[in-house]
Amino acid sequence: MRDLFRGFGAVFFKEVLHVRRDPATLFFSLFIPLLQMVVLGFGIDTNIRQVNTVVYNADGRQESRELLDRLRNSDTFHVIRYVENDRELNDEIISGRARAGIKIPADYSDRLLHGMSAQVLVLIDGSDSSVAGQAINVTTAIGLDESLRRALPNGENFAVDMRPKLLFNPDSRSPNFFLPGLMSILLLNVTTFLTAFAIVREKEQGTLEQLFVTPVKPYGLLLGKLLPYFFIGFFELCAIVFFMRFIFLVPIHGNLPLLAFLSLPYLFVSLSLGILISSKAGTQAQAVQLAFLPILPSVFFSGYIFPRETMPWIFHALSYLVPASYFVNIARGIILRGAGLRHLWSDALVLFVMGTFLLVVAARRFQNKVITT
Amino acid sequence: MAESGPSLAKTAVLAEHLVRKFGDFTAVADVSFRVEAGEIFGFLGPNGSGKTTVIKMLTGLLPLTAGGAWVEGLDVRTDSERVRERIGYMSQKFSLYDDLTVTENLQFYGRIYGLDAARMQRRMDEIVHLNGLKPYLERRAAQLSGGWKQRLALGCAMLHEPKLLFMDEPTAGIDPVARRELWDLLFELSGQGITFFVTTHYMDEAERCNHVAYIYYGKIIADGTPAELKQLPEVRPKGAKRIEITTPEVTRALRLLRKIPGVRSATIFGESIHALVDEDFSAEHVRKRLQSEGMPVTEIRGLTPSLEDVFMELTYRRQAEREAAGA
Repeated sequence: MRDLFRGFGAVFFKEVLHVRRDPATLFFSLFIPLLQMVVLGFGIDTNIRQVNTVVYNADGRQESRELLDRLRNSDTFHVIRYVENDRELNDEIISGRARAGIKIPADYSDRLLHGMSAQVLVLIDGSDSSVAGQAINVTTAIGLDESLRRALPNGENFAVDMRPKLLFNPDSRSPNFFLPGLMSILLLNVTTFLTAFAIVREKEQGTLEQLFVTPVKPYGLLLGKLLPYFFIGFFELCAIVFFMRFIFLVPIHGNLPLLAFLSLPYLFVSLSLGILISSKAGTQAQAVQLAFLPILPSVFFSGYIFPRETMPWIFHALSYLVPASYFVNIARGIILRGAGLRHLWSDALVLFVMGTFLLVVAARRFQNKVITT
Repeated sequence: MAESGPSLAKTAVLAEHLVRKFGDFTAVADVSFRVEAGEIFGFLGPNGSGKTTVIKMLTGLLPLTAGGAWVEGLDVRTDSERVRERIGYMSQKFSLYDDLTVTENLQFYGRIYGLDAARMQRRMDEIVHLNGLKPYLERRAAQLSGGWKQRLALGCAMLHEPKLLFMDEPTAGIDPVARRELWDLLFELSGQGITFFVTTHYMDEAERCNHVAYIYYGKIIADGTPAELKQLPEVRPKGAKRIEITTPEVTRALRLLRKIPGVRSATIFGESIHALVDEDFSAEHVRKRLQSEGMPVTEIRGLTPSLEDVFMELTYRRQAEREAAGA
């Protein structure tokens, strides 16, 4: 058994020396993800507010001004301009200066006063579906509310009163939702890139050929290379969680040691993936390109941005192959929902199996000596 | 097929009918040789002739297509793990970690071979003393010159006290002084009973080996001590002798010389021409002939063939045979 990992200690010591000799690489690999986190954490707000809006109020009387006040107070619309005709209304939207246009016809107040149905035209730029959806919801709700208010006698309650209650993220704060997912992506990047160079560098230097003529065993070599970066990845995880908690004030509902523990299999997968990339690549430039490959699927199919359940079935199926899917669930589960080991053990197990599989594939390449030197 | 033959005790490397094919291409075709313990064995041949492939087979990096090989008495087909523990290997590139110091490079290889602390210290001291690395211990490998990198690479390869060292072009790209010093070191180690299996393109290095083999298109075409090879009938045909003609105008002289009857072959060596001529060939005759064409002749003297002559001659013959067979 000990023989299977022969050379592990020697390779581990050597890799630690490599890392220590190159503090700049270490610094940037730790610092840049934190920088990205700060930029994205402050910059991205998935709640839609203050949509630029242009208004053509052809009526201009009391009733129409009240309606506009209600729209403005919704926080969804931000009126940037009042125009005087249809052409200008259209121009503002076509030019992209406004995302929404509201036209109140000249007979709005008259029709309301006569108990007739008054129409309000809401033009919405549909090119961004989330903005459009929000605008439709808010205007519909305000219209409905306005109608009910007029239809019901004063002081009477609605027949059915829906009272939604948001669990886990009551203020719908974006960072709370966004950062646990971002953590998965950032960790993947750091670890995959760090190990992607680990073997290809030895290929370029010719030292790998030398190692093949020594009694080093594939698992000794690979795990020896992997372990130093495991510690670095874990340190990075702690730094990210620290930023999340104390800079973005994301409350952590679950158990922090559990998060640390369940991140280990995820780090293991990412590092093994890097090692596999490194064994496939012939040059460091190729390794960089290959290391970019897993990023996009991890961003788009892991549930980090788009919910996995609403994807077409083929992509939903594909998302089960993306390690980040499992860690996004673990991170959100512990941080937002306060989930425990009994909710998340299966995700961790899948990650561990994936990591082992990737490592075995990489090791087999060494056993068969198919690595071109 | 375990341990072959009783004489294996003194044999460091035994190759019997080695064959290696890559698809349809035969890189090594039926190669056999024997390296005795304590020899400096020079394995020579043009680029692409199969030298590195043979080394890779002997060190267990490449499986054999056919044939057998025994290194330090172990069958490389079944025992490559143990073979690796007993041999040292220095590849064409100096396989050092540039960002590690001399000490750290040595320690790394020591740990790889599982040396305990006491043995590591003893071997480090011995190697540092032998290779003269003492002043550079804390220097990074990247900052060493070619010759010192060489010595460090050699040190790394022999830290675990192998009895046999494979060196694939150890002196490619280093300066002549460093080359000379490395060879002095090899002789010293060889005196302590270590066997060296060395490939090189330098003929002066080949001349210093105890035993050389020349591989050409995957076949061994010469095998013996340098002195034996120079006596080969192909190199020294009956009724012929070698002469060296020194003249400032070697190119013109060569053209003329090749037309003179009795001259069998002629090649330029710097300022002089080496020619194989009939035994009764008159040097005076040539001198007069060249001078009459306006080419001053500094010296004409008899020549024992160099190893280079031997390999050139053998290569030409094989080339001619190959062409004849192809035509």
